[in-house]
Amino acid sequence: MEDKEEENRKVTDQSKIRNFCIIAHIDHGKSTLADRIIEKTGLLTEREMQSQVLDNMDLERERGITIKSQAVRIVYKAKDGEEYIFNLIDTPGHVDFNYEVSRSLAACDGAILVVDAAQGIEAQTLANVYLALDHDLDVLPVINKIDLPSADPQRVINEIEDVIGLEAQDAPRISAKTGENVEDVLEQIVQKIPAPEGDAEAPLKALIFDSVYDSYKGVIVFCRIMDGRVKKGTTVRMMATGFTAEVVEVGYFGAGRFIPCDELTAGMVGYLTASIKNVRDTRVGDTVTDASRPCAEALPGYKKVQPMVYCGLYPADGAKYGDLRDALEKLQLNDASLFYEPETSVALGFGFRCGFLGLLHLEIIQERLEREYNLDLVTTAPSVIYKVYKTNGEVIELTNPTNLPDPSEIDYMEEPMVEAEIMVTTEFIGAIMELCQERRGQYLGMDYMEETRALLKYRLPLNEIIYDFFDALKSRSRGYASLDYELCGYERSELVKLDILVNREEVDALSFIVHADTAYERGRKMCEKLKEEIPRQLFEIPIQAAIGSKIIARETVKAMRKDVLAKCYGGDITRKKKLLEKQKEGKKRMRQVGNVEIPQKAFMSVLKLDDK
Amino acid sequence: MPAGTAPAFRRKMVENNGRIPLELYIHIPFCVKKCAYCDFLSAPADREAREAYVSALLREIRSLPGEYGLDNREVISVFVGGGTPSLLEGVRMKEIMDALREHFLFAPDAEITVEANPGTLDREKLRLYGRSGINRLSLGLQSASDRELRVLGRIHTCGDFLESYRNAREEGFANINVDLISAVPGQTYEDWIRNLRTVAELGPEHISAYSLIIEPGTPFAQMELDLPDEDTEYRMYEDTAAVLGEYGYRQYEISNYAREGFACRHNAGYWKRTEYLGIGLGAASLFEGRRFHNTVDMKEYLADSGRPGAMRKDMENLTRQDEEEEYMFLGLRMTEGVSERKFEEQFREKMTDVYGAVLRKYEKMGLLQKKGDFWSFTRKGIHVSNGVLADFLQDRG
Repeated sequence: MEDKEEENRKVTDQSKIRNFCIIAHIDHGKSTLADRIIEKTGLLTEREMQSQVLDNMDLERERGITIKSQAVRIVYKAKDGEEYIFNLIDTPGHVDFNYEVSRSLAACDGAILVVDAAQGIEAQTLANVYLALDHDLDVLPVINKIDLPSADPQRVINEIEDVIGLEAQDAPRISAKTGENVEDVLEQIVQKIPAPEGDAEAPLKALIFDSVYDSYKGVIVFCRIMDGRVKKGTTVRMMATGFTAEVVEVGYFGAGRFIPCDELTAGMVGYLTASIKNVRDTRVGDTVTDASRPCAEALPGYKKVQPMVYCGLYPADGAKYGDLRDALEKLQLNDASLFYEPETSVALGFGFRCGFLGLLHLEIIQERLEREYNLDLVTTAPSVIYKVYKTNGEVIELTNPTNLPDPSEIDYMEEPMVEAEIMVTTEFIGAIMELCQERRGQYLGMDYMEETRALLKYRLPLNEIIYDFFDALKSRSRGYASLDYELCGYERSELVKLDILVNREEVDALSFIVHADTAYERGRKMCEKLKEEIPRQLFEIPIQAAIGSKIIARETVKAMRKDVLAKCYGGDITRKKKLLEKQKEGKKRMRQVGNVEIPQKAFMSVLKLDDK
Repeated sequence: MPAGTAPAFRRKMVENNGRIPLELYIHIPFCVKKCAYCDFLSAPADREAREAYVSALLREIRSLPGEYGLDNREVISVFVGGGTPSLLEGVRMKEIMDALREHFLFAPDAEITVEANPGTLDREKLRLYGRSGINRLSLGLQSASDRELRVLGRIHTCGDFLESYRNAREEGFANINVDLISAVPGQTYEDWIRNLRTVAELGPEHISAYSLIIEPGTPFAQMELDLPDEDTEYRMYEDTAAVLGEYGYRQYEISNYAREGFACRHNAGYWKRTEYLGIGLGAASLFEGRRFHNTVDMKEYLADSGRPGAMRKDMENLTRQDEEEEYMFLGLRMTEGVSERKFEEQFREKMTDVYGAVLRKYEKMGLLQKKGDFWSFTRKGIHVSNGVLADFLQDRG
């Protein structure tokens, strides 16, 4: 009890608070550094320490990425003898989640920029630094992975100075992995990241930077108090949604748990609960204020996140439709950017059209549905939102290729475009330019970072990026290219719908929209890919690609000839049955379309058409 | 349903004399050396280990009547399999047979088979087998080519087999099976047909022709093998029936061919779901509507064989659904197929009510056919039987 009072007294002194995040290109060691900071400040003993404390989900840990924002409060005793409160806010590291990154940054006063001592600046390093600078954050560069044989910290420091224009000569040179020089980072946080400057006596003004749903407490709102104070009993209002509720609990973030406290005041980072049932009432980016004494205006920057990529999600077993709906509902509680609505497919039955921030977001939701909710899913080819201008003047926003009107009713179509920045070493510039040309890219320019590296700028159709572009980029640059992009409007384009016929039946879930110039090529590759994916069955199966009634490509899956379980196993019928069950299970993972069993992953074939 | 109670829908197959038929399987888990493709429960063992095992077997045999009350049962077949049962000394085999006859009631015409491998069978042993009441031999030839025998890791040559075969005939064995394996690494279509003809010329009563299956965990699974392609395998299988037909053998099951009147009754029992008790290490049983098997742990078996209840594993009470599935996927292995009438007698519901959609689907595809009361595979269907049989497993809620 005394400890708690002691702490509360301390944290009200804003000069001892540091709110910061860590930004980095993927794999540059963001989460490892976060772990090390938590460990060094003694929040957890080394034995309690599980690698990457902040990445809570199994999925995050496995993929080495952060999906949801996370926050943790730690106490650091600095060399000046004072104790400081650090609020570390971990941000998602992928372009799909840029909006969440942006909100997390808004909750901070400074950012640690982690750059890999061997790889140097990458596309997302730049994108994240610009985001941080946009939010007026002080950026503290840290050179990580100095233990690597190929590390060249001085080169990277020069690069940071030349390319970003940040003073970096005294940047800590560390190895988050071994813990070497991590103390330097902690000291610099104290010295270089400014303390918050809110007015605790002003009306409450707090930024929501994330929220999670808890089945007991309802929505737990993560917020940064800019001005004022909030405690149990305060009636708060969300300024964008207008939602009002009485606060039940406030607190701050321990490692992996919530620690209640009496009050949150200006400068602090913490959480509040108010028996809120729906995450949509507490949108990330919204401003929380005191309903009885509201602040004059909301914090800038709340915007509704729009899904960019859509696909159909269907239960592999039609009977699980209800389970899928419940699971989506639950996921949406924690992820307001997930969109879904029911749809039906001739091939796949009842399912949902779902909208995502990007392909990674799609994959993550898909994996979480499969793992956390134990669902077997069929995912259809992702699609962007096309604008279809009909001859009757109507404009349709098309998210499902199947719904494309008859060509005779279409005046013209538009597709979403992005501006992409690709960081690449000079030896691969040719290969990457070729890739961008193939994907209908318009060259916008190129900046040399240093002699060996360049930043390529292209304007590209989003639909060329969501299909395997990232994989192609990696494979054509031996893993060295990195990508960042942002949406930049719509452009008129010659688009056609490519239909796939399996055993002479059109499979609606395999249709996709493609540029007229690449339709033949894509159709051919799609047939080839499906030929690989569809196992041989008891009869021959033609696979055809068609535009309208015109067949443009064909492959054939030959009939299976022999499949006999010869042995007797000395009366061990159970064993025999197990083999049959396995076979039956295999069939279950396929979708019956007409007489043909199509494996679930075949519906994603369109994503893997790059053959280089 | 309480454990151990036979469900009401099960009707005992009762023969004229009022006794329920029972089959016995005796497992001998020893061999001279493991073959490269073998994943059966078997390993080399010294004489002492074999003696200890036989003693344990005898304890199990003695305990069974007390355990199960077998007075109303009549043994219609015994199959001693392995491993290589013929590795046992002849007197040991006789001890086993004598014990069986002492503790079980045998039908006068019971089929009593011992698996034997060339190279482990001398005239003395054969004579003792004859005196023990063994009336059928199953000879594991596998291939008539010495090259293929080496590839398979067999311990014998084709010459050894011919000698064993002649000896068996001379000792009066009038019902002999020969096992063959097709699709052996390096084997051509012609090689296989030659193997078949070599054996058929000898004129055994029964031929089992299995396709080689590469089982995980066997040496073959670790090796890069030059296996015949699917088309060749298809032709090998397709023409086996035709070639053996020339010599008067008729295919009666997916892998089994026999002269008139010599189909293996013991195996047919498995497909028709006659109840059987498995005796010995790991041996599987179907008894009073339950499937189970003995422990696969030799130490445990040696310790507990006299108290069978203590070493039963994976005890499974079959539901009607299980039994219907078995009825179909086991019964369809036989060329005569499965009877709609018997299905209804046993399960009190119509086969077509349970399986109508599957049956019609495959009938339409020309893989199953209906002849009178029986559903069976067509010639086309038998080649891809596995995928079809899997469809007879019912969906579970």
